[in-house]
Amino acid sequence: MSTEQTVILDSAGVKRALTRIAHEILERNKGVSGVVLIGIRSGGVFLADGIAQQIGIIEGDAVPVGSVDITLYRDDISGQLPHQPVGKTDIPFSLEGKKVVLVDDVLFTGRTIRAAMDALMDYGRPRCIQLAVLIDRGHRELPIRADYVGRNVPTSLKENVRVTFDSNNQPIEVVLEK
Amino acid sequence: MAEFKHKHIIALRDLSKEDIELLISTAESMREVNSRDIKKVPTLRGKTIINLFYESSTRTRTSFEIAGKRLSADTVNIAPSNSSATKGETLSDTALNLLAMKPDIIVMRHAVSGSHYFLAEKVNCSIINAGDGAHEHPSQGLLDMLTMKDRFGRLDGLKVAIVGDITHSRVARSDIQGLTKMGSSIYLAGPPTMMPPGVERLGNVTVCSNMKEAIQDADVVMMLRIQQERQGKTLMPNTREYSRYFGLNPENIKLAKPNAMVMHPGPINRGVEMSSHVVDGDQSWILKQVENGVAVRMSMLYHVCGGELE
Amino acid sequence: MSLLIKGGRVIDPSQNLDDALDVLVENGVVIEIGKSLAASSEAKIIDASGKYVVPGLIDMHVHLRDPGLEYKEDIVSGTRAAVSGGFTSVCCMPNTKPTIDNKAVASYIINKAKTEGSCNVFPVGSITYGLNGDRMAEMGELKESGCVAVSDDGKPVTNSELMRRSLQYAAGIGIMVISHAEELELVGEGVMNEGFTSTELGLKGIPAVAEDIATSRDIMLAEYNGNPIHIAHVSTKGSVRIIREAKARGVRVTCETAPHYFTLTDDAVRGYNTNAKMNPPLRGSDDVSAIKEGLRDGTIDCIATDHAPHHIDEKDVEFNVAMNGIIGLETSLPLSLKLVEDGILTLNQMVEKMSCKPSEILALNRGTLKAGAAADITVIDPSLEWIVEADKLASKSKNSPWLGQKMKGAAVATIVAGNLKFVR
Repeated sequence: MSTEQTVILDSAGVKRALTRIAHEILERNKGVSGVVLIGIRSGGVFLADGIAQQIGIIEGDAVPVGSVDITLYRDDISGQLPHQPVGKTDIPFSLEGKKVVLVDDVLFTGRTIRAAMDALMDYGRPRCIQLAVLIDRGHRELPIRADYVGRNVPTSLKENVRVTFDSNNQPIEVVLEK
Repeated sequence: MAEFKHKHIIALRDLSKEDIELLISTAESMREVNSRDIKKVPTLRGKTIINLFYESSTRTRTSFEIAGKRLSADTVNIAPSNSSATKGETLSDTALNLLAMKPDIIVMRHAVSGSHYFLAEKVNCSIINAGDGAHEHPSQGLLDMLTMKDRFGRLDGLKVAIVGDITHSRVARSDIQGLTKMGSSIYLAGPPTMMPPGVERLGNVTVCSNMKEAIQDADVVMMLRIQQERQGKTLMPNTREYSRYFGLNPENIKLAKPNAMVMHPGPINRGVEMSSHVVDGDQSWILKQVENGVAVRMSMLYHVCGGELE
Repeated sequence: MSLLIKGGRVIDPSQNLDDALDVLVENGVVIEIGKSLAASSEAKIIDASGKYVVPGLIDMHVHLRDPGLEYKEDIVSGTRAAVSGGFTSVCCMPNTKPTIDNKAVASYIINKAKTEGSCNVFPVGSITYGLNGDRMAEMGELKESGCVAVSDDGKPVTNSELMRRSLQYAAGIGIMVISHAEELELVGEGVMNEGFTSTELGLKGIPAVAEDIATSRDIMLAEYNGNPIHIAHVSTKGSVRIIREAKARGVRVTCETAPHYFTLTDDAVRGYNTNAKMNPPLRGSDDVSAIKEGLRDGTIDCIATDHAPHHIDEKDVEFNVAMNGIIGLETSLPLSLKLVEDGILTLNQMVEKMSCKPSEILALNRGTLKAGAAADITVIDPSLEWIVEADKLASKSKNSPWLGQKMKGAAVATIVAGNLKFVR
C-alpha cells in the first residue's frame, strides 16, 4: 500500500518559518539576554540550530543551544514494546533563571513536550519555558500550547506529519502522509 | 539503531554484537543523568526490582541499587544467608515467594553457575545476572567494555591482556564473550593450574605461556583478583610467588603500549596481583570502571524492562 | 503351564544359535528349541515372527531404592520398569537405607521381589559396613543370604589396604567385587566432565584421570593378589585402555559400561540440564569413541544401565545441587540396538553383553535358552518406534535425558520363569 504524500513546506518555506520564529522570539523577550534554546531530539535539535543561526544574523549575538532526549521521561515506558535507544541530553550551561525556548519539529499530543519540561526541571529552575514548533498538527491530549508556530496544519489522526533533514541536518521539507 | 529484544540478561554469550552496542550506547546516555545535580529520572517509576544476593558483594549490589533508584524504580535487597539457602528453602521456592511480591526485575547473584537460567524458567519477570559461579558476570563485562571504549573510542582491534585465575573467573568469561563479539583480541596469562581446558575456543583468545607475552604491546591490561583462600592450596605455592610471576608492577607495565590502560574488577589485593604504584598510577582506570558500573546497570535495567518482542 | 514362542529369530550366544526357531517352555523351564514345534492345546502361543527371541536380558547394575528411599523407586516399580525394558533379572546396588550389609536387608529384598516384583532381583551387598569405607561387611553372610556380588557403588573404597584385603577376602568366599572407580581428591567439587563444555558453562570439572587412576589401582590390587574384579560404569578412554591392557596380561578383570556413556557426550549438559548429570559424568567425544571400540573388541564385557531414579525435587534444582544419575532400564535396549544398527556390535555381541556375560560374571545361572534352563526370555521388536514419555515410563522417577525423544526397538514380551510379565 503506497502512502500519499503532500509537501506542506519546502526548504525555503522552512527557512522562512524559522526566520519568523527567530524574530518573534527576539521581540517577545526583548533581545537575547537570558534566552537559551533547547531542541528536543532529534528533529527539534536541528531546528533549534536553525533558529539560533537566524538570531545570530539578526542580532549579531549568539544564543546558547542545548538538546534534550526525552526517552527516559516518556509516560508510555511500561508498555511491552522494546525500549528505544536512549539519546544524549546535552545542556552545557545552567538553566537557572533562564528563559528557555523549547524547540520541536511537530506538536501533536503534547506528551513529548510534557516529558521535555519534566526533564528540564531536573536540570534547574528556568525563569520561564516557551515552546517553538515548526508544525502544529492539533489533537492535543494535554493542556499545552505553542508560543511560536511555523505553520498550523489541520490533520486527521490517520495522517502523519514528517520533517525530513539532509545529511548536514538541514531541513529539506515537511510532508503530510496519508 | 536496533532495539533490545531480550527479556533477561544472563550471559554476554547470549547477546549479539548489536545488543552489546546498544547496551553500551544507552549506558553512555545514562552517564549524563549521573552527572546532574538531580541524579534521577522517572523512567522506571512504579517498577519493583529485587536484588537477590546469595553471595555477599557490597559493590555490585550497591551499584545495582543506585542504578535502580536513579531510574526511580523501587529496589529491595534480599540476602538469604548461605546456611538457610543450603539447608532450608530452595531457590525455586524462594523465587515463587518473591514472585508473589510481583517484581518486574530480579537481579541475582548466585554461587551456582547457570542458576539464572533455572530461575528464568520459574518466574515471569526479567532476570539480570549479577554473577553466577564461574560462568558469567555480564554487567562487569559491559562496564569493562564501556571503560575501554572511553579510553580508545573503539573496541575493534584492541589487544586485551587478562591475567590471573581464568578458571574461576566469571569476569574473564564475560569479557571474553563480549570482547570477541566486539572485535578485540584477548591474550590470557596465568599459572597453568588456573587456565581451564579449551579456553582458547571460547572466543578470539590466545593463551600465553607467561605474563610478559600477554601484556607485550597490549592496549588493555586487566588483572584478576587472587586470594589464597579462594584459589585453594593446590593451585599455587602462595601469593608471594604468584605476585613474582603474575603481578603487575611499574616494570612490566612498560611492556604494554605506552598509552595502555590498566583495569581490575575489584576488590584489589594490593601487592598481590598489582602493586600500589600501578593501582594508583596514571594508567589506572579502575575507579572509572566503578563509575561506569552504575551507568551500565541503568542501561541493563532500562532495556530488560522494555519487554520481549515476539 | 506351557508356552510356545513361534517363528522368531532366536539368538542365543550360549549355544551359537541364530536361526528362525520355536521355543517351547513348560513349568518355568525351556524344554526344547527347534523348527515347527508343536504344543499342547492349552499352551499359550506367542507369534514372534519378525521379532528377536533372546535369553532374558540382565541388568547387573541398578538402584531400586528399596528399602528406605521408596519415594524415588521401589522393588515393585523398579522391576516393572525392568520388564518394560526387556530385563528379566536385575542386580540392585546396596546404597539403600539401611545399606545391604546384612542378611536382614538382603532377605527383605529377595522376599519382596519374589512376592511383589516382576522379575528376578539379585542384591549386591556392600564391601564395607554402611558404605563407610572403614571395615568389611560380613561378605560370607551376604553371600549366603543371596547376594551375588559386593560393591560400595556410589563411592570408592578409598583405603587401598582395605580394598586389597576385601578383594582377597571376597575371592576366598567366592563373591565378585564390583569396583566404583573414582579418585575423590581429583573429583573435588566437580559436577561435570572437565573439558571445553565445563569451561564455557563455568562448572567445576571432573577430570577423566580421576576415574583412570582408580581403575588402575583396583586392577593392580586384583592383579597383585591374583583375584577377580569387575569395574562398574566405565566411562573414559583411559579406563578402556587400562582394562584392555590388563586383560591382555591375563588379569581377571571384567567391566561394564552404560548406554549413556556410548550415546551422549558432555555436550548434553548444555542448558545446565540436570538429567545429564551423573557420576561418572558424561565424557567427551573421544571417550565415547573409545567406549564403543571397547564394546566392539570385547574389552567391555557388559552393558548395564546404572538405573538411578531420583525424585523431581532432587533434579529440578540448580545444577550443582542436583543429584547424580539417570533412569535407564526402559531405554537401554533401543540404545544398544542402535549400536547394532550402526555396525559397532553384532546382534550376537549385544545379547552377550546384555545377558550371557552378566550371568557368567556373577554366576547367575541364566543368560541361556538351553533346554532345562530357567525360562527367562525376551522377545524384541527391533523396528518398533516409540517416544520416551514421562507418564508412560513404569519407573517412579522420570529423570531421563531422552524424554521426548524417539527410540527404535523395544521388548514386546518379557517372560520370567515361564510367566509372561510384560507385553507391548
